[in-house]
Amino acid sequence: MIPVRQCLKLTPLCSQIRHGSRMFPQLKRGSFNRITDEDVNLFAGIVGQNGIKTEELDHYNTDWLNTVSGFTELVVSPKSVEEVAAVLRHCNGRRLAVVPQGGNTGLVGGSNPVFDEIVLSLERLNNISHIDPYAGIVECEAGVILQNLSDKVGEHGYTVPLDLGARGSCFIGGNLATHAGGLRVVRYGQLRGSVLGMRVVLPDGQILDGRSNMRKDNTGYDIKQLFIGSEGTLGVITDVSLLLPQTPVSVNMALFGCDSFDDVIKCYRLSRQCLGEIVSACEFMDSLCMTSVNDILGLASPLEDSHPFYYLVETSGMNMDHDMEKLETCIEKVFESGCATDGVMATSKDQARHMMSLRENIAPALKAVGFNYKYDVSLPIQHMYSLVEKIRNKMRKTEGAFSVGYGHLGDNNLHLNIITPQYCTQALSLIEPFVYEEVSRLKGSISAEHGMGLKKANYLRYSKDPSMIAMMRSLKDVFDPNGIMNPYKLLPWND
Amino acid sequence: MSGLRVLVGCKRVIDYAVKIRVRPDSLGVVTDGVKHSMNPFDENAIEEAVRMKQKKVVKEIVVASCGPSQSQETIRTALAMGADRGIHVEVPAGTDANLQPLAVAKIFSKLVEKEKPDLVILGKQAIDDDANQTTQLLAGMLDWPQGTMASVVNASDGSLTITREIDGGLEDISVSLPAVISADLRLNEPRYATLPNIMKAKKKKIEKMTPDKLGVDITPRLKILNVVDPPVRQAGDKVPDVTTLVEKLKEKGHL
Repeated sequence: MIPVRQCLKLTPLCSQIRHGSRMFPQLKRGSFNRITDEDVNLFAGIVGQNGIKTEELDHYNTDWLNTVSGFTELVVSPKSVEEVAAVLRHCNGRRLAVVPQGGNTGLVGGSNPVFDEIVLSLERLNNISHIDPYAGIVECEAGVILQNLSDKVGEHGYTVPLDLGARGSCFIGGNLATHAGGLRVVRYGQLRGSVLGMRVVLPDGQILDGRSNMRKDNTGYDIKQLFIGSEGTLGVITDVSLLLPQTPVSVNMALFGCDSFDDVIKCYRLSRQCLGEIVSACEFMDSLCMTSVNDILGLASPLEDSHPFYYLVETSGMNMDHDMEKLETCIEKVFESGCATDGVMATSKDQARHMMSLRENIAPALKAVGFNYKYDVSLPIQHMYSLVEKIRNKMRKTEGAFSVGYGHLGDNNLHLNIITPQYCTQALSLIEPFVYEEVSRLKGSISAEHGMGLKKANYLRYSKDPSMIAMMRSLKDVFDPNGIMNPYKLLPWND
Repeated sequence: MSGLRVLVGCKRVIDYAVKIRVRPDSLGVVTDGVKHSMNPFDENAIEEAVRMKQKKVVKEIVVASCGPSQSQETIRTALAMGADRGIHVEVPAGTDANLQPLAVAKIFSKLVEKEKPDLVILGKQAIDDDANQTTQLLAGMLDWPQGTMASVVNASDGSLTITREIDGGLEDISVSLPAVISADLRLNEPRYATLPNIMKAKKKKIEKMTPDKLGVDITPRLKILNVVDPPVRQAGDKVPDVTTLVEKLKEKGHL
């Protein structure tokens, strides 16, 4: 076992901003036109002077991880679908490249300009138009912040079927465009299953109105599904209707300490057998993750000793007594079988929140230590941790490097992070393409939930067949013949 | 000094993170289907007793709770944290909201007669009624010294030195045993109930009693007339400069 604390050398918060284009020196700017004063004035005419920004654009140009940055000189923020359409119509006519941007919390450089693309911000489309308390449906605009949406539907006893650490900043439109996963996929399924209707503006300004509140509607091709996960490369999502689950009355959390990943898998299997329908999150993390949040963010572990692995299970149900009974059976079985050596159960909401925060703060804690190489992959469950061990072995001679694994165990989704004090091409060459080759060999996905963005676009072939990629290109040409919509993203530009 | 016996009190209250809603009849708050947990100050009380036991100052911890049948869960949490056995003084559900400090102090006074502990530790106040009275009433009934709002407790031969949190700062006192103390939040960081301990706690004994059996009359002496939400906060006014500020203050009669 690695001497845990020695690996964590606190380096000052480093700004590792690499201009997107310099991260990939062979990436050349597309043959788009450049913005002129006339363009700016025209946009101001459409969205108003308040909707135009030409100064202090770092916040739009740079990603949350401080790993990529572009050079946009203009951010346009429309406040209605008609304004979005007029803006795109002009950009298409003038061949100006556009990056649609939500909360800018993406992790693959997909929501930032690479060169001087115009940033089309959805921040002013933030209206929650209607909540149907009987059907459990909400209609809202794409620029609504997830936390705000959650609070608003919460007033009616409903919850959004999606939850992730970025909830205070991300927009629902961005969640849809990236088909975000998050903590509750294991309970509520993938986001696209909860989308009843959507309105999208195409790159040429055409409005595709697919708004609907029908739970079941088998009338023709379900085109909205193409835009979900398209990462802003096919059009701009402006409105959505979402189906909402009931807010659970009783939420419980248990954290187990395990000696090996095999034990974690056993724990997981037992917990799913005993808890069944009330499971609402199944997460795991390794000991370095726990140490990181302890040391860097001062969040204490509820367990006395440190363990090689931790398994976190959350239950959500409508009856506290029923849920407690199931949980107690689960705990008995887990300890009888010996697959956990210790564990805690939250006895108050505060404790439950603290335990979840240990998992949610891994990414912010690691971000503070150095440069993060992040890999979000789907793997068969029994192989999830072996990838971490292989990478750790490859990086053993790299000074100051350490590797961690954590993630959505219930979705077979591993978050592999390698941290080095500074960005270093030599370290990167040890990791890529090895990680992608391994995942491909195990028939996994090189991007379970983060998407392709800029950083992974060229690796699409590791998870998708050439015929599929060719079809994606054909569809891209159908929707965006001038290629102005979020260029250099999702589809490979150099494979 | 070793081998003290401690009686700790705990109360099942609405979880402090829950949004409280006033009942339609305005005589209380909605408790049905709402998450309940151990009163936070009582967690500090139990934790302190457990730490004293780990230091071998205490040899037995008995935890008691007065309330409806669900109070047993709270007692189990205390047992999982390290208490040795429990006493549940059952009060019918529905009447528990009117179980007031005077009645609780009387009940505990009877429990003290029965258990003969050297020390009683209670939480400073319950977060539902915010009364902060039970410790003081109990000490009076028993004619024992009291150390309330304790943030540090140290035991030495037959007495305790206690640091109390008071308005002016901190006060150090010394009390002889037996004594009653009330735990404040800064006394310690309560431990999580570990799962192996939760399972072991199932085997620990919880004795059942009723106020009747103890010969205590729990009729409330205080009657709740009305419970209302606090007034909605009005948005403030932003003013562009000091002159306007002064004008506005004068307008509203504050200057």
